[in-house]
Amino acid sequence: MNEGIGARVLRKEDKRFITGEGRYTDDIVQPNQRYASFVRSPYAHAKIKKINKSAAEGMVGVEAVFDGKQLTGDGIGNIICGWMIHSKDGSPMNMGVWSALATETVRYVGDAVAVVVADTAANAKAAAEAVEVDYEELPSVIKPDAALEKSAPQIHDNAKNNLIFDWEIGEEKATDDAIKGAAHVVELDVTNNRLAPNAIEPRSAIAVYSKAEDHYTLYTTSQNPHVARLVLSAFYQVAPEHKLRVVAPDVGGGFGSKIYIYPEEIVCLWASMKTNCSIKWTAERSESFLTDAHGRDHVSNIKIGFDKNHKIVGLKVDTIANLGAYMSLFSSCVPTYLYATLLSGQYDIANIHCNVRTVYTNTTPVDAYRGAGRPEACYLVERAMETAARQLGTSPAELRRKNFVGSFPHQTPVIMNYDVGDFAANLDAAIKAADYGGFETRRAEAAKVGKLRGIGMSSYIEACGIAPSAAVGSLGAGVGLWESAEVRVNPVGTVEILTGSHSHGQGHETTFAQLVCDRFGLPADNVQVVHGDTDKVQFGMGTYGSRSGAVGMSAIAQALDKVEIKAKKIGAHMLEVKESDIVIEDGEVKVPGSNKVLGWHEVCLNAYTAHNLPEGMEPGLKEGSFYDPANFTFPAGTYICEVEVDPETGHTDIVQFVASDDFGTIVNPMIVEGQVHGGIAQGIGQALLEEVVYDDNGQLLTGSYMDYAMPRADDLPSYQVSHESTPCPSNPLGIKGCGEAGAIGSPPALINAITDAIGNNDLSMPATPAKVWAAIQAAGTKQAAE
Amino acid sequence: MTTVSMTVNGKAVSGDVEDRTLLVDFIRVNLGLTGTHVGCDTSQCGACVVHVDGKAIKACTMLAVRAEGSEITTIEGLAKDGELHPMQAAFKENHGLQCGFCTPGMIMAATEFVERYKVSGIELDEAAIRKELEGNICRCTGYHNIVRSIEDAASKM
Amino acid sequence: MYETKYHKASSADEAARLLAAAEDGKFLSGGQTLLPTMKQRLAAPTDLVDLSQIDAMKGITIDGKKITIGAVTTHAEVASSSELRDVCHSICDLAGMIGDPHVRNMGTIGGSIANNDPAADYPAAMMSLNAEIMTTKRTIAADDFFVDLFETALEDDEIITAISYTVPSKCGYAKFPHPASRYAMTGVFVSKNVDGTVRVGVTGAGASGVFRHEGMESALAGTWTADALKDCTVDANAMLSDIHADGAYRANLVKVLAGRAVASSC
Repeated sequence: MNEGIGARVLRKEDKRFITGEGRYTDDIVQPNQRYASFVRSPYAHAKIKKINKSAAEGMVGVEAVFDGKQLTGDGIGNIICGWMIHSKDGSPMNMGVWSALATETVRYVGDAVAVVVADTAANAKAAAEAVEVDYEELPSVIKPDAALEKSAPQIHDNAKNNLIFDWEIGEEKATDDAIKGAAHVVELDVTNNRLAPNAIEPRSAIAVYSKAEDHYTLYTTSQNPHVARLVLSAFYQVAPEHKLRVVAPDVGGGFGSKIYIYPEEIVCLWASMKTNCSIKWTAERSESFLTDAHGRDHVSNIKIGFDKNHKIVGLKVDTIANLGAYMSLFSSCVPTYLYATLLSGQYDIANIHCNVRTVYTNTTPVDAYRGAGRPEACYLVERAMETAARQLGTSPAELRRKNFVGSFPHQTPVIMNYDVGDFAANLDAAIKAADYGGFETRRAEAAKVGKLRGIGMSSYIEACGIAPSAAVGSLGAGVGLWESAEVRVNPVGTVEILTGSHSHGQGHETTFAQLVCDRFGLPADNVQVVHGDTDKVQFGMGTYGSRSGAVGMSAIAQALDKVEIKAKKIGAHMLEVKESDIVIEDGEVKVPGSNKVLGWHEVCLNAYTAHNLPEGMEPGLKEGSFYDPANFTFPAGTYICEVEVDPETGHTDIVQFVASDDFGTIVNPMIVEGQVHGGIAQGIGQALLEEVVYDDNGQLLTGSYMDYAMPRADDLPSYQVSHESTPCPSNPLGIKGCGEAGAIGSPPALINAITDAIGNNDLSMPATPAKVWAAIQAAGTKQAAE
Repeated sequence: MTTVSMTVNGKAVSGDVEDRTLLVDFIRVNLGLTGTHVGCDTSQCGACVVHVDGKAIKACTMLAVRAEGSEITTIEGLAKDGELHPMQAAFKENHGLQCGFCTPGMIMAATEFVERYKVSGIELDEAAIRKELEGNICRCTGYHNIVRSIEDAASKM
Repeated sequence: MYETKYHKASSADEAARLLAAAEDGKFLSGGQTLLPTMKQRLAAPTDLVDLSQIDAMKGITIDGKKITIGAVTTHAEVASSSELRDVCHSICDLAGMIGDPHVRNMGTIGGSIANNDPAADYPAAMMSLNAEIMTTKRTIAADDFFVDLFETALEDDEIITAISYTVPSKCGYAKFPHPASRYAMTGVFVSKNVDGTVRVGVTGAGASGVFRHEGMESALAGTWTADALKDCTVDANAMLSDIHADGAYRANLVKVLAGRAVASSC
C-alpha cells in the first residue's frame, strides 16, 4: 500500500480521539493540584484604587490570593509584542505596559487584576468574586477611528492619541499620480469585522513547580511550546529555559489564538512557585470571549485605478487597525507585513501604496487569527475587483484574467516576489466546476420561486512560511522563522520524527510520517511523530501561518536526506558496492537489478551494533535539521460562491461553493481538503454570521454562543474542492501551505455573491439576514427613486 | 455531599458529589472519563453529549444527582469488545475530525439520531443530518466530512 | 454555579411543600434554561425542586379534539408523538424546532412556558391555540398567563401541571431562528377555529414578549390566505431592537412568517 507523498492515508492520530482517549490539557491531573480563578475588570478603562483580598483569603479552600504588585514585585516582566514596527517617520512603535496582572490601570473588560488559588474550581471562583477591587472608572474608546480623535481618552501614556504606529509601504506619489490619470477609479470603504477565534477547546494551563529542583513544568494549550518557553523565560523572567519545560499535549484547535503567551500561563507558573502547588486554570467560554486574542477589526479605504483597457494602473489603501488594549505577541506584523504586502493580489500592478495606522482601544487585544492580515487584504482587493467589473460593465472573471500576473518570478511593488503560479488555471477550473456560464439560467429559475440568486468570485493569493529568517529579522521580527526536525531511526528500523511544528488538528502525525514512507517505503505504522514537549523535541518555532508543510516538513525532508546518505553508506559497505549504486525503496536497501538486497532493519541494526561500519563512521542513525526557507510560499486560487437570498427575510442560502486552489505539492489530499473545508467555513462565518460587538462602554455584547453566531452544519453547504498545482521552487518538497487559504479566499466570494443577488453593493460583514433585508429595502428604494 | 449511583458504560459506579455538580464534572472528575468535553458554558457546543437512558443529552446541563439510577454511555463506552462502533469507524474513514475536541460529542449525538431516524423510518438525508447537528459546534472541519461520516455510518448501522 | 440543594419531588403537592420549606428555592424541570443561568451565576436558588420525575405530570392525552400535555413532557416527546401529529402536526413541528436535539430530550413544555422567555416558541402556540394553563391552584387562560418578559401569572409556589387546548380547524407555525442562539428571532403561530375566529401568536419579536396581532387575526378571519395579510401593519416601535436586528426587521418578519404559517397550515 502506497503511503507516500500524495496518498490519502487515514489519520494515525484518530483512534484516540474517536474513543475518548485524547489527552487535552484539562484532562491532566497533577498531584497536589489547586485551581486558579482570575479577578477581572468589569470596566473597559479604570484606575485601580485599592484591592482588598482579606475576605477572599479567609474563604473555604483558599490557598492564596495574589495581585499585580506582588507579581511585578517578584520581577515578573511585562508582556511584549515580538515584532518591532517603525512608523514612517522612523520612530519605533509605542508599546504600552502590559502586566499579567494589572497594577495601576485596567484597559479592557476582562483585564486580570488578581488571582485566587483554591482547592476546587468552584471555591476559587467564589473567592475571586469576594476580592474587593475599588475602581475609578475612566472614559473609554472602542472604535478604531474614534480612538484617533483628539478628544479620545488616552489609553497608554506613551501612545499619543492612541496611535501605536503610522506605517506605510509602496510609493505614495507614483500611486497617487497613476490613480489621478486613470480612466476609471473604483473606491470602497470597507470594514473588516472583529472576530473571536473560538477553538472549541478553551485555553487551559497547569503549572507544576518542583521546589527541590527549582524546576517548572507548564502544560498548556499552545501552538508553539518552544516559543512559549523562550518568551516566558527571556522576557517574563518566570524561569530560565533549562528550568522550564513546556508541554502542549493534544490541543483542540488554535486558529492563531493559541500562539500567544497570555497572562494566565504566566500567573499560574509564578503562583505555583509561590504556593508550591500545581495550579490548573481552564477558561470558561465566556472567559475565552473576553481574553482570547481577537482577530481582524480594520477600517479601510481602497482605490483602484484602471486605464481605458481595464488594466490596473494603481492601487491605494488607507487602513486603521484596532489592536485592542495591549499589543499582543504578533499584533504589529499582522496589519503590516502580513497584510499590505498582499495587496497586489494576483494582479500585475505597477503602483501600490498602503498606509496603516494602528491604535489602542479599550477592547480585548487583537492578533493573528486564521489568515492573519491576508484575509483583510484579499477582502479589500477582491471586493474592489468585483465592484469594478460591475461598474465597468465587464465580466468579473475576464477583468481578473486581464490583470493576472502572467510570468514568474514576479516582483510586486510591496516586497513580495511571487515565485510561481498559474492563476488562470485555477480561475478556469473554478469557472468550469461552478458552471459559471450556466448561472443566468439558474438565476432565472430561482426568480420563478421568488429567490434572488447571485454569484461571486474571489481570486486570492496569500503568503505562507514567512522567511527567510534574516529577511524577517530586518523587517522587525524578534524571532527566526525556520523550523527544526530530528529523525531518529531505531535499531529495529522504526522511525521517530521529532518536529518543532505542533499539531492541533492538522494531522501531522500522519502527513509527517508519510515523508518517511515516501523516502524509504516503510509503512506509516512504523513511524511515530513526536511534538509538543520542550523536554523531548529540539527547539522549534511551532505551527501558525500555514507553515508546517512548507517549513516543518522541509526540515524533515532535509533530515531525511542526511539519514538516507548515511544509510546508503552503511548499506554500500555491507553489500560491498558503490554508494551511488544503492537505492532505498520498499523497506529495502539494495542494488536494483541484482541480488544485493538488505532489509532496512538490517542496515539500521548494523548502524547501532556498529559491528560492520565504514572506516571512521560514527555509530547510530539519527540526524537533525534546521531548515530556513529561501522565500515565502504563495498559495493562490479562485473561489466561486453561489447564493440564493430570500428577499422577504434576508436569509442567505449558500447553494454552491467551489474552490480551486494551488498549494503546490500535496502530501495527503484528504487532509488538505479538510483544511480547505474548515478554512472556508471560517471565512463564511466571518462573512455571514460572526462579529464581536461591544457597547459604547466597552462591555462585550457577544460574550457567548447565545449572541456570537458560530457557523453550524445547517448554515453551510458541502464544498467542491479541487487543486491545480504548481510546485513551489523554494523548498525541497514543493509545498506551499493550505491551512488558511479557505479563510482568506471565501469572504469576498460570498459577499460578492450576495451583493450580486440583491443588487446593492453596500453591504458589510457579517451579512446577517437583518442587514441583507435592509440592503434589499434600500436598493428597492433607490430603484423606485430612479 | 450526596452519594449518587448510576451505570456508566455498563459498570455500576457511585460517588459523592455536591448537589450543584454537573453530570459532565462527575464523569470527568469523579470517574476520570475525560473523553466527554466542555467547550462552552451556555449549553450549545455539544462537546459534552452523552447518552442517558438512550437519549443524547448535554452532560453540562444536567445535575449529577438528577442522573441517579440512570444508564449512561460515554464515548469511552461506545466501542464494544474492542470493535469500533460504525460511527467511530466512519469518522476515521471519512476524515470527520481534525482537532478531535468536538468529536466525542459529535459521535454521541450522531449515533442517537441515526438510530432515531432508523426507528421512525424517515429518510436521513444531508439536510436532515445538518439539522440534527444543530446542537454540536465544530470549528475545524466545516462539517463537510462530518456529514460524510454520518452518511457513511448510517448506511452501516 | 453557587451551592444549591437538590430535591426530587414525586408529586406536585410534595414539590410545593419542598419549595415552601426552602429559603429561596426554584422549581427545576428540564433545566435547559435554569442550569445555564445558574452556571453563569445569574441565578442562585438555595434549593432546586425537581419536577421532571413526577409521573402524573408526564404524557400526552388526546380526547377527540381535546389535547392535554403534561407539564414535564419533553419537547422531543411532543415532536415525536405520532398520535399528536395525526391530530395537530403544527405543535409537533414547533416542538421539533426548539433548541437542539439534546435540549429537546430534556426541556419540557411546562418549563418553557413558566420561564416565558420572549424568544421561546411555545408561548406563541399557547396564545394562538387559546390554551389553558393548568396549575396546582387553578386554570389560567394563555391570554392572562403571559404577563411580560420572563414574567407570568404564576405565583411563586404555583406549579404548571399541564396545558390543554382544543385542536383548531387549521393551524400552522413558522419560525425564523436567531443565527446564534437559535431561539426565535420571530415565530408566528396561527390558528383558525371552527367558529371562524382566528388567533395569531407572535414570539421573539415583541418588546414586551409574546403577543397577539389583532389586525392579522381579523384579516385572516376574512380570508385564510397569506395574501390576506398584505395590508396589515406591524408597529416596528413595539418590536425588540438589539444588535442582531432592529424593530423594522422584526416587524417585517412578523408579517412574512404569519403568511408562511398560514400557507403551511392544515
